[in-house]
Amino acid sequence: MPEQYKAATDLDRAPVIEPGHTFGTVTEKISAIVLTRPASNGWFIGFGICFMATMMLLYALGYLFLKGIGIWGVTIPIGWGFAIVNFVWWIGIGHAGTLISAILLLLRQSWRNSINRFAEAMTLFAVACAGIFPAVHVGRPWLAYWLFPYPNTMRVWPQFRSPLMWDVFAVSTYATISALFWFIGLIPDLATLRDRTENPVLKVIYGMLSFGWRGSARHWHRYETAYLLLAGLATPLVLSVHTVVSFDFAIGIVPGWHTTIFPPYFVAGAIYSGFAMVLMLAIPIRKIYGLEDFITERHLQNSAKVMLATGLIVAYGYGIEAFMGWYGGDRYDAFTLWNRLHGPYAPWYLSLLACNIFIPQVLWIRRLRTSPVALFFISGVILTGMWLERFIIVVVSLHRDFLNSSWGMYYPTRWDFMTFFGTIGMFLMLMFLFLRILPAISIFEMRTLLPEAEVKE
Amino acid sequence: MAKRDPIYGVMAEFDSAQALVDAARTTHEAGYKKIDAYSPFPIDGLAEEIGFHHDEVPLVVLIGGIVGGLSGYLMQWWISVVDYPLNIGGKPYHSWPAFIVITFEMTILFAGISAVFGMLALNGLPMPYHPVFNVPRFSSASKDRFFLIVFSSDKKYDAVETRKFLEALAPRSVSEVPS
Repeated sequence: MPEQYKAATDLDRAPVIEPGHTFGTVTEKISAIVLTRPASNGWFIGFGICFMATMMLLYALGYLFLKGIGIWGVTIPIGWGFAIVNFVWWIGIGHAGTLISAILLLLRQSWRNSINRFAEAMTLFAVACAGIFPAVHVGRPWLAYWLFPYPNTMRVWPQFRSPLMWDVFAVSTYATISALFWFIGLIPDLATLRDRTENPVLKVIYGMLSFGWRGSARHWHRYETAYLLLAGLATPLVLSVHTVVSFDFAIGIVPGWHTTIFPPYFVAGAIYSGFAMVLMLAIPIRKIYGLEDFITERHLQNSAKVMLATGLIVAYGYGIEAFMGWYGGDRYDAFTLWNRLHGPYAPWYLSLLACNIFIPQVLWIRRLRTSPVALFFISGVILTGMWLERFIIVVVSLHRDFLNSSWGMYYPTRWDFMTFFGTIGMFLMLMFLFLRILPAISIFEMRTLLPEAEVKE
Repeated sequence: MAKRDPIYGVMAEFDSAQALVDAARTTHEAGYKKIDAYSPFPIDGLAEEIGFHHDEVPLVVLIGGIVGGLSGYLMQWWISVVDYPLNIGGKPYHSWPAFIVITFEMTILFAGISAVFGMLALNGLPMPYHPVFNVPRFSSASKDRFFLIVFSSDKKYDAVETRKFLEALAPRSVSEVPS
């Protein structure tokens, strides 16, 4: 076998944890991230910056509540500006967390055990960021609860034939199930922290949060059953969530939205951007906390492969969209295609193609798939590209539809940018808190990967 | 109030998962039925060795899913057909294809909630206090040690004999668990 192929297969078979670790070292190493007091200066600086960005978000939202969404750039014909672009972007990022924790569990991909915990945290925080946007975009955000069917004195009910209602149910179910999945995964590790910490207050807090977990064989048996069933439930759920998000567009008749390719290509795009975010978080975390033994080159390489594959599905989606625009014979669809390539937003469309299709092809090179620095930047490019994709879908489709008397342009305001960058700050702030409060890698699942965990009948 | 046995059981500590599984099998085969094993991670087949065969979690999840799906569909039907019929683009009141998405989501939601809370309830959690925590070395059960306990409520339990039996299994240590 030629040398370079041998190296590639060696990496695929490399152990998920570097050799030499025991139950004790794995436990100590991961819980030390949480239990070391005080936190490093770097942590405080990073947290501080993100905290300020979160305050900027609250300021932008506070002003929005006072003034109304007129402070944003949304107007007719583009009523769905940044708010919906950011909503779809964030919710898509969340999808990788569920893919890693649920789908890879069902597929017995044990390498996922080192990254599933913080990927799930990423899901939760991304869904939290996503949830802000539709709620404040309704115009009177204090009445957003009208979206839920609850008995009320107005004697009205929601209208269930609308995909926007489906979205309410899909996203709230997704948020609930992700939170539950994440929490039951944490229970045994919280018990570990309870037993490791020397601080009596923390001992009580972790003890209460762990529900008094004691690792009984009966408990583990039910626990594993519940965990597996939850994974089985989360798998179709995560596929349904972005499918339903795509229905928000595909059920409408606007050219550029009304297409059947949307559900699969939205799901693939979601996983694409999600893995990019996982890598952008994992690469600095493993470096700073010295977790290279647990998050190895194999993890980076596997994530890169998932990005490459889903990126190609996304490319196929773009291809089919363009092909149908040309071949379908609908003059409005054909115009949408022409407008993307030659209209006022053409530079954005071309950047989208560069970020999402052309630049990520460098991942075919194995040396780049295992290089943390290169992966970090490629992931940044993909995240930008996926944001642009949603911008193209939302804004460029709306700005020129059937009647040219109702054409217009979209100009985001500073409030749009403050809200968007504010949610990025909030997301990172929550990640900083998570790293210091809860174990970022699932300790008990890492133990099961060690050779000494094997039992012969 | 019935007087409680001052001794909850007797507990042996082992170094490896293999030793715990072997000890659990020997103990169960020796006729001790009220026993439990504790480990820092799930061990395949350990629950069977201590005589645990009926896991009701799947049934709870199935019931939760059915209830969720039915209530999701019936809610939409009742609202759209009975209580608040609206003509939306001439679609029938009972437009079942449009109701499938929410029915599906409600199925998953209820099944997932049942899985988590059903598992916790069947395990008797939350239970912040438990007699096994009285053993100082038990804090390693969440790190790298494996424990086997014979409860004092077992018919065959005898303070001296059971201790001897466990010591014969070559554990790291044996200790009494006060209740």
